[in-house]
Amino acid sequence: MTEAIIQRARGAQPKKKSEFVRVLKQLSYNRGAMLGLCIFVLELVIILLAPILAPYDYAAMSSAIREGPSLAHLCGTDDLGRDILSRILYGGRYSITMGIFSVMIAVVFSSVIGSIAGYFGGRVDNIIMRILDVIQSLPGMLLTIVMSAVLGSGYFNTILALSVNCIPGQARMLRAQMMKNRDAEYVEASQSINCSRLRIIAVHLFPNSFSPLIVQMTMGVANMILMASSLSFIGLGVQPPAPEWGAMLAGSREFFRSSPHMVVFPGLAIAITILALNLLGDGLRDALDPKLKK
Amino acid sequence: MGRYILKRLLWMIPIILSVAILVFTLMTFCPGKPEAIILGSTATEADLAALREELGLNRPFLVRLGSFLEDTFLHLDLGKSYITKGSVAQSIAEYLPRTFILTVATMAISICLALPLGVMAATHQGQWQDNLSMAFALVGISVPNFWLAMMLVIVFSVILDWLPPMGIGGLEYYILPAISGSLGGVAGLARQTRSSMLDVIRADYITTARAKGVSEFKVITKHALKNALIPIITIIGTQFGRQLGGTMVIETIFGIPGMGQYIISGVNQRDYPVVQSGAIILAIVFSLCMLLVDLLYAAADPRIKAQYSKRGKKVRKT
Repeated sequence: MTEAIIQRARGAQPKKKSEFVRVLKQLSYNRGAMLGLCIFVLELVIILLAPILAPYDYAAMSSAIREGPSLAHLCGTDDLGRDILSRILYGGRYSITMGIFSVMIAVVFSSVIGSIAGYFGGRVDNIIMRILDVIQSLPGMLLTIVMSAVLGSGYFNTILALSVNCIPGQARMLRAQMMKNRDAEYVEASQSINCSRLRIIAVHLFPNSFSPLIVQMTMGVANMILMASSLSFIGLGVQPPAPEWGAMLAGSREFFRSSPHMVVFPGLAIAITILALNLLGDGLRDALDPKLKK
Repeated sequence: MGRYILKRLLWMIPIILSVAILVFTLMTFCPGKPEAIILGSTATEADLAALREELGLNRPFLVRLGSFLEDTFLHLDLGKSYITKGSVAQSIAEYLPRTFILTVATMAISICLALPLGVMAATHQGQWQDNLSMAFALVGISVPNFWLAMMLVIVFSVILDWLPPMGIGGLEYYILPAISGSLGGVAGLARQTRSSMLDVIRADYITTARAKGVSEFKVITKHALKNALIPIITIIGTQFGRQLGGTMVIETIFGIPGMGQYIISGVNQRDYPVVQSGAIILAIVFSLCMLLVDLLYAAADPRIKAQYSKRGKKVRKT
């Protein structure tokens, strides 16, 4: 009889939804964020299927030099007669993955740095923060240019150069969250059952401090795509003939007055990608912290 | 207050010193040596060694670092360019004002557009004005400035022939670069203005001001905007510093020989004195901008001014 009552009472309790499900649900109500997510996922699918979808090989040259959009070449051709649409489809593989990988590398480093600074505080925190102060006192673009010169141009080196630029901001944000959470009851509880520091940081504090970083990561990917394009544009990032979007714009600099189509389409590709990521980032921020939603 | 400024200026010394060491170290470990770039691929080993000797590059790393720090910070000598052999300080004195004008023009456009947009969005929250302003801000953040620059040149220089497409001269040469550089800034600043205004617009003192019959314009500008200024000032200060160090791309498109182009050419030609000095100057200007932002806080909010003065008194007591 008692067991039956307890079971009925348990059944009457509302099921507690996980934070992840709550955020997803909240996100699904945000039309802008959903639009951003759809565009971004669609772009990922397109760049994945680029070899199937692209009408021509991205490096194939033809006699149709700097021709405007036509049925044969929907976005026109460049100064070497290459199909711009095919180059944009393949170029996404460079631009988008550079943004994603540079942020992922930065997250790994900033998680370690931010967690150590935030959890231990005191002198350790002070030393780490002063180092970050020095890095941040250099304008971001300048730092990336110098790093890119040190590491050399190319796909992987540009990713590394970009990630250095991302680390200080992310580390600071994680540190602030860790400092806020380190005195929480669940941390005290884990200390009282003799959990190791590593376990407290990795299993308890880090997952509870990570959510603001998700927003920054989404926006970070957008910023890194933009910065990667800027680097390629000034000749320090991915080098031609790789069809990175910024490099495509750089290649069309000499001709953009007479053949505007050469700059319009790669630029639109960058703008749409960043717009999608910003929409998603805004939605995620609202979903993760409804107080911020105005 | 004076003590606070002095303290902040003193704190800048280790930061700038560290920046100098960081950039010097990074440039030293750059692949591609200056002597090889200057003399080209036909240079013999003897020529390379002679030039290394002349430039002082054959000395140990720490010795070079020591002499660089001594020259820069004790003798205020930024050295000579490896390529042009001209004084780096003189070149910076020539290039920095152009970058500064471009940055000021960019920020002026940003502020003039962003503040009204942000205020309008906040005062019409949820209405079409709000949606339109924020949609503009979102598009502004998403459009790459170098792409916008090219589009503006196509429209205003090639099609309409209203403005010069590139080069330096009168103020008209800065219009297109400033507009293309400002769009991202407008977007960020408008969003921040809206957010800060929304924080204060429902405060009791705003309701009180309205109840007293103060005009809506005065309520918004004198009561709400003034109290929403702190985060806006932060964004303006940060953006100013970033713009100053991030005009490379815009300078490249519009052919403006400013600091950005100077540093990029220094990086490409491994002209160490140019890159090191450029980075130090930009870091100093960036730090000064941050100091100015803190001082503007005090001007905007008397509570912060009192805090700064209190800190000063505490220092005096100890």
